[in-house]
Amino acid sequence: MSPNPEAVLSVRDLSVSFRTDARTVHAVDHVSYDLAAGEVLAVVGESGCGKSVTSMAVMGLLPPTAHITGSIRLGTRELAGGDDKAYGKIRGKDIAMIFQEPMTSLNPVLTIGRQIGEVLRRHQGLSKKEARARAVELLDLVGIPAPAQRVDEYPHQLSGGMRQRVMIAIAVACDPAVLIADEPTTALDVTVQAGILEVLQSLRERLGTAIVLITHDLGVVADIADRVLVMYAGRPVEQAPVDELFAAPRHPYTRGLLSAVLRPGASAAADGGGKRRLPEIPGLVPSLDSQPDACTFAPRCARADERCTTARPGFKSDTDDAGDGAPHLAACWHPNTLQEAAQ
Amino acid sequence: MTTSDIALPKARAGLFAGHPMAAYVLTRVRQSVITLFLVSIVVFAGIRALPGDPALALAGEERSPAALAAIRAEYGLDDNIVIQYGRFIGHALTGDLGTSSRTGLPVSDAIGQALPVTLELAALSLLLAVVLGIGAGIVAAVRRGRPAEWIANGLALLGLSVPTFWLGMVLVLAFAIAVPVFAASGYVPFGTDPLDNLRRMVLPAIVLGSGLAAVVMRQTRAAMLDSLSADYVRTARAKGLTRREVIGGHALRNSLVTVVTVLGLQLGHLISGAVVTEQIFVLPGFGKLTIDAVFTRDYATLQGVVLCTSAAYILINLLVDVAYSVIDPRIRLGGAK
Amino acid sequence: MTTALSLTAVRSRAAGSAKLRALRKNRLAMTGGVIAGVFVLAALLAPLVAPYDPAQPDFGNVLAAPDWSHWLGTDDLGRDQLSRVVFGARASMQVGVLAVILAFVVGVPLGLLAGYYGKVADSVVSRVTDTMLAFPFLVLAVGLAAVLGPSLTNATIAIGISQIPAVIRITRAETLRLKHVDYVAAAVANGGGDGTVLFRHILPNATSALVVQATVGIPAAIIGEALLSFLGLGVQPPEPSLGVMLSSAQAFLAPAPWMAVFPGLAVVAATLAFNLLGDGLRDVLDPRGATR
Repeated sequence: MSPNPEAVLSVRDLSVSFRTDARTVHAVDHVSYDLAAGEVLAVVGESGCGKSVTSMAVMGLLPPTAHITGSIRLGTRELAGGDDKAYGKIRGKDIAMIFQEPMTSLNPVLTIGRQIGEVLRRHQGLSKKEARARAVELLDLVGIPAPAQRVDEYPHQLSGGMRQRVMIAIAVACDPAVLIADEPTTALDVTVQAGILEVLQSLRERLGTAIVLITHDLGVVADIADRVLVMYAGRPVEQAPVDELFAAPRHPYTRGLLSAVLRPGASAAADGGGKRRLPEIPGLVPSLDSQPDACTFAPRCARADERCTTARPGFKSDTDDAGDGAPHLAACWHPNTLQEAAQ
Repeated sequence: MTTSDIALPKARAGLFAGHPMAAYVLTRVRQSVITLFLVSIVVFAGIRALPGDPALALAGEERSPAALAAIRAEYGLDDNIVIQYGRFIGHALTGDLGTSSRTGLPVSDAIGQALPVTLELAALSLLLAVVLGIGAGIVAAVRRGRPAEWIANGLALLGLSVPTFWLGMVLVLAFAIAVPVFAASGYVPFGTDPLDNLRRMVLPAIVLGSGLAAVVMRQTRAAMLDSLSADYVRTARAKGLTRREVIGGHALRNSLVTVVTVLGLQLGHLISGAVVTEQIFVLPGFGKLTIDAVFTRDYATLQGVVLCTSAAYILINLLVDVAYSVIDPRIRLGGAK
Repeated sequence: MTTALSLTAVRSRAAGSAKLRALRKNRLAMTGGVIAGVFVLAALLAPLVAPYDPAQPDFGNVLAAPDWSHWLGTDDLGRDQLSRVVFGARASMQVGVLAVILAFVVGVPLGLLAGYYGKVADSVVSRVTDTMLAFPFLVLAVGLAAVLGPSLTNATIAIGISQIPAVIRITRAETLRLKHVDYVAAAVANGGGDGTVLFRHILPNATSALVVQATVGIPAAIIGEALLSFLGLGVQPPEPSLGVMLSSAQAFLAPAPWMAVFPGLAVVAATLAFNLLGDGLRDVLDPRGATR
């Protein structure tokens, strides 16, 4: 697969491994995806499946112990292999990221205004005064009341939800083409979560920002994603438009993920607090020490046969795919057919 | 030490309700005054607790009955002990610390002459310790696991293990005797001849500053390692800030909070070190005044010097605490969530 | 009650052997330990190790450079430097250990008191600690030497007293922490008396922090002794002490630099050894203190 020239972000065969004294951990194993302008791609999977590492690799924020191969194209620029200096000109300007921990992601000893202004001064060469004025606008944009006062406050004076809005303001300050949101609502109260998602939605509509949304919350996926990439044990297992994935999941793992959510009676309320978390699937996630020439999900899969444990399935679309628009890809030797899945 | 270790006074209702900073400073000032009061009692009682007649102690070598009577009258030694203490404090507050039995001159004059020497020595050492210690600490943290870190760590360990007075002798051997670049003794006021002044002050400043530099380096390194792995540093990198901006503007800024505290705690060692350093390099400062007072049994001077030193120490600690709250808005503005 | 007791014991014993193994792996700490051991041995066996009488002058052989008969040279009175360094080390160790013991004997009970009972006891002890800390170490020592007169014993007392505040603070902090640990709380709930709780549950578990403090305290005391003796406030000549040797070396820096170099190296080696050992112990025993 060659990079897609029309995509704003095109990741091809991205692999990340960490070498420690004793062993090598393959955290991400040949992940590919494209992101179109203004599109929201949700990356889902259990914790440890490599979804965060993938986006940290895209941002160039992994520690030096990480070994990265493959291609990461932002527009026409190749990011993979770039050092901090090369990344410094792109991060915050063309691609930005917000994190899971709003409470600790802001510097406690600097004002909100300074932390937003910093990115503007770095990438747009604004003066201190201009940066401050723009920071007030940005705070307003992300829905923070009384922005002219808030701009001079310190992070500890703001609630978690407000801090996450500040993080979003920092991320979109330079109007980046791509925004990566790593579990942006996980650490927040349920009531605050909806507000944050709304902000992301409106930014996509008003600024045309493409968003990679990393989450394990399928409710969030259903709310705002256009397409979904499902990951398991460092590998992509399924990718499809959101409606298609929910209606007709083809990989057994995806089916497992969705079953609890789709099963009658397992409503949001029954789960407590309205969070639809990934359900338990019997068995353990395999260790990431080796890259077996097999389907990594086979040990937990009811459909697994000999081929599943001796050959790695390709990540491809089904031949009887409807063929309208985005492809529906799955890495499985025995995927559900459309008819089967639709039942 | 983390910020949570600092006892924050509860915001008071009333006058300081909206000003947690003012309330904090007020509390610290009050604590300092109490400590200073206790210190003055200890100093006062220390001289009175000397075996034998305090008049004998205060008189020093002059033991004639007439002299003793004069001293008794001057210090009012026949009065009630509480009245004596009141008078002592009263005089001290107006700058009257008594008369030196060795020189016959007011103790406050001797202190006034010694103070600039010690202050210059302390300032130079502090400058050296801060520049060297913070610089090496940053390098050690940023270049973790590389030779630069090992060198910085090794130097710090050496700085902590080498006694100041021996370092002084070795430096004199190397730079004043073997290769006479600097002078080994004596003092020339900066105003008289700045170059000669520095030529004489460089070695003492290195001797006095090295230990402090080691402590500052270790603390900076630990604090920087902490903040470099913090989430907000990741945010700073994600903003595309340069390495310099990430390290200087974000990581260092936070680390300084702890470093300033340690500096404050270490200033006592600086005062102790000054005594020895002045002795080695024959500088007519506070330390020399103290030691000379001990050996000539000049108790009035000793009393004054100890009182002044402790007062300075308490004052410095107070200033450090205030500086601390200026750096950290969570203390300045209160209500850390 | 018994269960809580034996659990505490088992826990600390199992953890203890693991910690010992971790310490053995730390090469720097082991090097420090070996040097410190040599220092302690030399101090204990000084009369056997020293080749000459440290106080015996030899006026025919003053300020002799190091050679085969006097490995570290002789001083201004022709005394053998090696023998004086060995006996000086003895004095250093004596002060180091005794001063730390003094600081612990006074500081630990006060720290336990302040931490365990809190309230009035805590405020009184904390105020006293603050006042003591308001005197820089040397000012305190100088004052004491002035009041008590200069001698090895008084130097030990002065150094010991100067270390009391640190011991109080650490003991108090550990007590405050341990008071809320489950098994201590369980012992209290089971009706353990204050004495039982303090000495059977809290003190044994505070050992780690206190051992680390001791390894910091000993080198500080060694330097303190050398310093006070150097200033003439500690050991009095002709008694050998590293500080006294350095003090007399000052007058002969140019003609006899070895007089200054070797006793100084001995002090540095001893403090470096204890600091290395202390750093290693701290990493193993008290990870929270690692940033201090």
